[in-house]
Amino acid sequence: MKDDKLIIGGHEFSSRFILGSGKYSLSLIEAAVKYAGAEIITLAVRRTNSKDHENILDYIPEGVTLLPNTSGARNADEAVRIARLARELGCGDFVKIEIMRDTKYLLPDNQETVRATEILAKEGFVVMPYMYPDLNTARDLVNAGAASVMPLASPIGSNKGLATKDFIQILIDEIDLPIIVDAGIGRPSQACEAMEMGAAAVMSNTALATAGDLPVMAEAFKQAIEAGRKAYLSGLGRVLTRGASPSDTLTGFLRD
Amino acid sequence: MENHYFVDSDKLSEAALKKKHLLETDPSSRTNHMEYMEGMERIKSDIMDKVMTEMKNYDYSQYTARDVNAALNRETCTVEDFKALLSPAAEPFLEKMAQRAKLETQKHFGNTVYLFTPLYIANYCENYCVYCGFNCYNDIKRMKLNMEQIEHEMKVIADSGMEEILILTGESRAQSSVEYIGEACKLARKYFRMVGIEVYPLNTDEYKYLHECGVDYVTVFQETYDSDRYEQLHLMGHKRVWPYRFEAQERVLMGGMRGIACSALLGLSDFRKDALASALHVYYLQRKYPQAEISLSCPRLRPIINNDEINPLDVHEKQLCQILCAYRIFLPFCGITVSSRESESFRNGIVKIAATKVSAGVSTGIGDHESKYTGKESEAAEGDEQFEINDGRSFDKMYKDMSEEGLQPVLNDYLYV
Repeated sequence: MKDDKLIIGGHEFSSRFILGSGKYSLSLIEAAVKYAGAEIITLAVRRTNSKDHENILDYIPEGVTLLPNTSGARNADEAVRIARLARELGCGDFVKIEIMRDTKYLLPDNQETVRATEILAKEGFVVMPYMYPDLNTARDLVNAGAASVMPLASPIGSNKGLATKDFIQILIDEIDLPIIVDAGIGRPSQACEAMEMGAAAVMSNTALATAGDLPVMAEAFKQAIEAGRKAYLSGLGRVLTRGASPSDTLTGFLRD
Repeated sequence: MENHYFVDSDKLSEAALKKKHLLETDPSSRTNHMEYMEGMERIKSDIMDKVMTEMKNYDYSQYTARDVNAALNRETCTVEDFKALLSPAAEPFLEKMAQRAKLETQKHFGNTVYLFTPLYIANYCENYCVYCGFNCYNDIKRMKLNMEQIEHEMKVIADSGMEEILILTGESRAQSSVEYIGEACKLARKYFRMVGIEVYPLNTDEYKYLHECGVDYVTVFQETYDSDRYEQLHLMGHKRVWPYRFEAQERVLMGGMRGIACSALLGLSDFRKDALASALHVYYLQRKYPQAEISLSCPRLRPIINNDEINPLDVHEKQLCQILCAYRIFLPFCGITVSSRESESFRNGIVKIAATKVSAGVSTGIGDHESKYTGKESEAAEGDEQFEINDGRSFDKMYKDMSEEGLQPVLNDYLYV
């Protein structure tokens, strides 16, 4: 367990909780780092583009890896431009691609996401694409140079949990990159379930941002993610989800 | 109860007064408000018909407490549910509606509140809209800022800390041409991260041009969706053409802009029907243009210079709150702006329930930001206001107050790409 590291694009992380962007405040970031142990914090580049009053960059503690996202991009070209701007702003080489053509559900556009991944990976970015869990797209993302794949669990902000569970499981089983479950995780138990399935990490924001007691919820997420990870590593998770072994074997009659 | 809109200025000539009175009293002296004027683009769209049909058939007296309860218990609010939430039967459920609205707002926007300020650069107007302070028969100080004056205003506003601006003019193509507005917007991009406009409706190619000048967000208020009532209130000028105005948001999006805002001016007509139509306008626009960022406003009528009796009639704060909660439950993704027409206490309360954007440091006059912000007597001329504001808080005060209410003020969430 000690050496169990999350490796994304050659970078090592001990924590498997990533703070998403969207709803932010100083207290949320503090709680995520201090109580949930977050080492990666997402931030929307569109929000860093502010003057004196409330630049979110000032809120990020040292030692935390920034994961700028391209929210606001409606196609690959816009996402690429935002990623480049993030790099210029000093946000590092990580980028989470978010491309949405729908302002109601904020569902990602898989096709454009593959296109943006290819361009940005060639430019040396550590590309973490947010996507709708589709195996073909995930394979395309691998070929395009993605550093991880980030399927959504349910509509963003919905706190509905693993609505796409079976499809995320397929990605976990078939894709050799870290699968990071993003969007829709509303409770620690859901985060735990994703980790039991074999997800490499969980990203969440709304679940924390809208909690009654932020630090306590942050800690609950940390524990749930660690518990799920341990269950996965112990192998129990797979036994439980794939059915238990019967005590009398069906093939015991075979003689030679 | 009715508002008394007609006021005669003693500065009007006899001929002008005669024409004014004729427009006010003889409907046959007025042009057909459903007919496009020359140069007005027509587009192919079925949104207007859909909204009008729903609005005409809306009988809010039919809805009962049972319908309201059912609406509040359903996860996704249907059009029928929304109609129930807007009905008088929902009034006793206001607190429940507010609780649900708060949840939806938090899910989609967290605890953030966006701040912006309007900048009026001209108050000339060619229209006779009887409730508006800028109407062409109203005796006010008229003014149009030149580029130097506009830049000075922008500097004063930007120095206050504001990053998003909404540029407004009176509706006069002759005085405030598209190029004039475009040049002002180019200047605005130097000082602000986000530039929106609220000007007379334009054709698609003109919106495209303004987009190139740096505008990405356009607000057009329909005033009232009841076209017959609209006809009685907008007696003269291009603004009289109701369908051209209705289709403005679609032309904006076809012109390549990112965002649009819609609204009725509450108090002009049956507010429940107007609220229904405003929200359905957004609903159908979103279905047709899913990439658009759409927001709703909810202005109520305010007193104007020379007529301090104008008021929002039966739309009291309670009704306004009901409308806003219903908007939020029906359109969880939609931005909701509450302007300085509303009081400090109302705005402090509603940002915790449904609103996502408020204005601060507001003046609806022309060229008066320096005197209003610093209290310094201005040497330059100033133009009169469009209406009286209610909440006069400065940017700093608003920022502080919103933070104290437990909200995170956001000055910019925007990137030009």
